[in-house]
Amino acid sequence: MKVNKLELTVGGFVLLGLAALLVLSLKIADSQFSGDGPSYTLYARFDNIGGLKPRSPVKVGGVVVGRVEKIELDSDDFAPVVTLKMFERYGYFPETSSASILTAGLLGEQYIGLNPGFIMEDIESLEAGATIEDTKSALVLEELIGKVLFSLTEK
Amino acid sequence: MIQAISQLGASCLANIAALGRASMMLAQALWFIPTRKLLRDIVRQLYVVGVLSLPIILVSGLFIGMVIAFQGYSILVDFGAETSLGPMVALSLLRELGPVVTALLFAGRAGSALTAEIGLMKTTEQLSSMEMMAVDPLRRVIAPRFWAGVIAMPLLASMFNLVGIWGGFLVGVEWLGVDDGSFWSIMGASIEFGQDIGNGLIKSVVFALAVTWVALFNGYDARPSARGISQATTRSVVYASLLVLGLDFILTALMFGS
Repeated sequence: MKVNKLELTVGGFVLLGLAALLVLSLKIADSQFSGDGPSYTLYARFDNIGGLKPRSPVKVGGVVVGRVEKIELDSDDFAPVVTLKMFERYGYFPETSSASILTAGLLGEQYIGLNPGFIMEDIESLEAGATIEDTKSALVLEELIGKVLFSLTEK
Repeated sequence: MIQAISQLGASCLANIAALGRASMMLAQALWFIPTRKLLRDIVRQLYVVGVLSLPIILVSGLFIGMVIAFQGYSILVDFGAETSLGPMVALSLLRELGPVVTALLFAGRAGSALTAEIGLMKTTEQLSSMEMMAVDPLRRVIAPRFWAGVIAMPLLASMFNLVGIWGGFLVGVEWLGVDDGSFWSIMGASIEFGQDIGNGLIKSVVFALAVTWVALFNGYDARPSARGISQATTRSVVYASLLVLGLDFILTALMFGS
């Protein structure tokens, strides 16, 4: 069969364009089309969430184990309630785990650091829909400075 | 005074009439069932507007990516945030520069050629003779060029983005010494498929429609003279570029505004 040179070039051009798009979406965007796999929901109540945003990561020892899904304010006691989407492939965490809002670097983005508690016989794990009780709020720079100034004037 | 006002009105009416003619041209050119012949013509035009535009797109993509990496580095290093160079290069290319610069280059490289070609066809009465042979010039001449432009531009923009990111990588990592791993991993973490790549693709499709339409209409509507063709070519590039920049603002406000 005779191959038309023009058609061959155009076909190569289209293939090249599609390949570029594929590389962009797979390699650069780091997106897996399957998503992050199955997940379950946890809740956490904080006093102050600082600069936390939806899609901020939840990390255990630096490994991303989930993402912040949404942030709401409880209308009863005006405390922020953070909904976490936890990846099921990392399993469930013990009930005694604590969550704190940390900052990556000095000025980086904020994320939730999860500290898994001890796994023991009589300690249950955080099932889907459970609330993390032990939480530490974000550090707000102004409050910190205020405390330092207060402790300096005390002396 | 009154004459000035009436001239303003006349030019307004002329512009609206031109818009009407352009819409009618497009509707007539595209409103038919595609045939095998159309496909073959599209392939030929894809070679002209797509493959032949590749060198300029790839070279400018490389340089633009390198320049962003340079500029970004000199700003980010002041904050000790030079590891964010990756997302900065990738985001500015994917969201803005990729689609927009590709469209501007496309208007200059392929759009002007389309206008001149069709304008000359009209001037030498090739279009009229096609009509006399019962061949619809809108279907045989306009339609394949239009589709070829619309198909080619998103592909060109994707290649532009990829080459640009590679250029940013060359300058940032190989030359300025940003950490290799954090360049790619932070870039990967901060780019989303739908938000960044998808919206960039939508942009380049919209720009492709606008640029090709403007180029084809200006050629089709050119006054049949040497002067007319030169005016039409200039107008095609100027209008297409302005339209791209204006549409870019509107699309950006819609996509990333809220």
